[in-house]
Amino acid sequence: MIGTAWHRRIVLALPWLWTGLFFLLPFAFVLKISFSEAALSVPPYSDFFAYAGGAIVGLKANLANYQLLLSDALYVKAYLSSVKIGAIATFITLLLGYPMAYAIARAAPQRRNVFLVLVMLPFWTSFLIRIYAWMGLLRPTGLINSALLSLGVIDEPLLLLNTPFAVYLGIVYAYLPFMVLPLYARLEKLDPALLEAAADLGAKPWRAFLGVTLPLSRPGILAGCLLVFIPAVGEFVIPELLGGPNTLMIGKVLWSEFFSNRDWPMASALTVVLLVLLVAPIMLLQARREDAP
Amino acid sequence: MTSVIRIAAVSKRFGPSTAVDDVTLDIRENEFLALLGASGCGKTTLLRLIAGLEQPDSGAIFIGGDNMTGTPPYARPVNMMFQSYALFPHMTVADNVAFGLKQDGISGAALTARVKEALEGVELETLGTRKPDQLSGGQRQRVALARCLAKRPKVLLLDEPMAALDKHLRERTQLELMALRARLGITFVVVTHDQSEAMAMADRVAVMEAGRILQVAPPRELYERPANARVARFFGDINLWDAAAAPRRPHPAGIVAIRPERIHMSRTPGSDTVCEGTVADVAYLGTASTCFVTTTTGLTVRVLVRSDEGAPPFTPGERVYLTWPASAMMALDP
Repeated sequence: MIGTAWHRRIVLALPWLWTGLFFLLPFAFVLKISFSEAALSVPPYSDFFAYAGGAIVGLKANLANYQLLLSDALYVKAYLSSVKIGAIATFITLLLGYPMAYAIARAAPQRRNVFLVLVMLPFWTSFLIRIYAWMGLLRPTGLINSALLSLGVIDEPLLLLNTPFAVYLGIVYAYLPFMVLPLYARLEKLDPALLEAAADLGAKPWRAFLGVTLPLSRPGILAGCLLVFIPAVGEFVIPELLGGPNTLMIGKVLWSEFFSNRDWPMASALTVVLLVLLVAPIMLLQARREDAP
Repeated sequence: MTSVIRIAAVSKRFGPSTAVDDVTLDIRENEFLALLGASGCGKTTLLRLIAGLEQPDSGAIFIGGDNMTGTPPYARPVNMMFQSYALFPHMTVADNVAFGLKQDGISGAALTARVKEALEGVELETLGTRKPDQLSGGQRQRVALARCLAKRPKVLLLDEPMAALDKHLRERTQLELMALRARLGITFVVVTHDQSEAMAMADRVAVMEAGRILQVAPPRELYERPANARVARFFGDINLWDAAAAPRRPHPAGIVAIRPERIHMSRTPGSDTVCEGTVADVAYLGTASTCFVTTTTGLTVRVLVRSDEGAPPFTPGERVYLTWPASAMMALDP
């Protein structure tokens, strides 16, 4: 039927339209700006096209931004530091999220939904407010230090805010639900008979976990890690508010290039490189997932 | 014969319902025992209690003379084939079979040899590298069987082994299981809801209802001398009448029973006619037909008439005369 074919085309077109309008098109602008030079004009960068008599006669693309990006140690260090912080935070989130997801998946069915709502409950408050709340908790005169001081556990306030610890804490706290939900979805589908079969075949509980549960939850682990790692690497608010001036993350560098230095082309180049850095490993992982049954 | 499994006064409750109610049962060495009952009768729970996947609330289970109370499933010398087969989907057929052997610390050439032997035993040696989702239902069942047998258990527990197979495959698998048991000489305990399956395969059948065992006996004995009406009803077709309403009343009270094939039906009355009636309905079964006769006293009698008896087939509405030897009637408790 012609109608059905039409329907199908529209349904297929929607995600493409979305991606095109809200990702590819803006990204094309960013890409274009990354090849221009900063200029004191409105907008604050040079033209990408060369004009003569109202017609485009050529491109004025320059790679200076990318050259600077690779040669300036600050940028390279910021990328490496972001990836490191993102990776460590993702790993900690996995270590915390896996047992949580496992416990929810093994809970009585009528209680699972309550637990899931509890996991998602923090999202009902603004992300920014929650990070400010952590500042209140972590500062030298904050709740944690006051409590420990009054209990006599410590003699002087611990330095918690403006440390790498605070950054990890913030990321793990903010992104834990993104780890728990895909893991839960996977673990909940795991047939309990498989673990019974493993036990029946002589596997002690931890060997059944390593041999059956863990490999079968791998897609959930990958999904959860990607959902945490990608936003964590580009994170700006958490390192800015909790990490203090010494935390080096690419999100902060990007922000300062864009707003402090008004160097739109450099900020754009940083964005493009970040995107490539993130997309490449994801595509590799995706390819591996399609290999696996 | 010595008993390999002894179930002593075992009960198991799930919340308010009692799944297994004070069951005592001895399973003999090398026997093929079927646990037969309708769904929810507790037969699968009993199997899971033997495997250690459930712990009894009271009573004890002995395997090979050892009290298994508190022994986890991984330390019991029995293996179970699950109704869903529970094959590990992320492992190949060979890895599935090897899994149980690795838990026993078998590795290297010994492992390879045992896996090969187990797969050859079920004629799957060429499919070792496949994943379970690349196999047919019958092949999956054989992998599950090989995975259990590779461990060389004392007792093999099978939970509804034929449930997921089509009829044709079911009969072949029945024969294969019986041949396997004869070859390996291990004890088989099979849970099934199919009485013909139980009768065809088992040395003894334990009939279960509401968590209790009604009778344990060889199939022939169950059929010919059922302990009560509930067992009789489970095994094949039977006429069950209130003793007061029965023709040729042999007992004053209780229930009398007679198998449809023990009743002789003819178109002419004889000196030994017990009762007469009208054919109400005929169900043709191939080798025989079941005729439903309404007697002059208002009783419905099922009669099995063999197709090769020569006479033209009975049709509804015909006047018929029934007879049977008094010895064919059984007096049963309800």
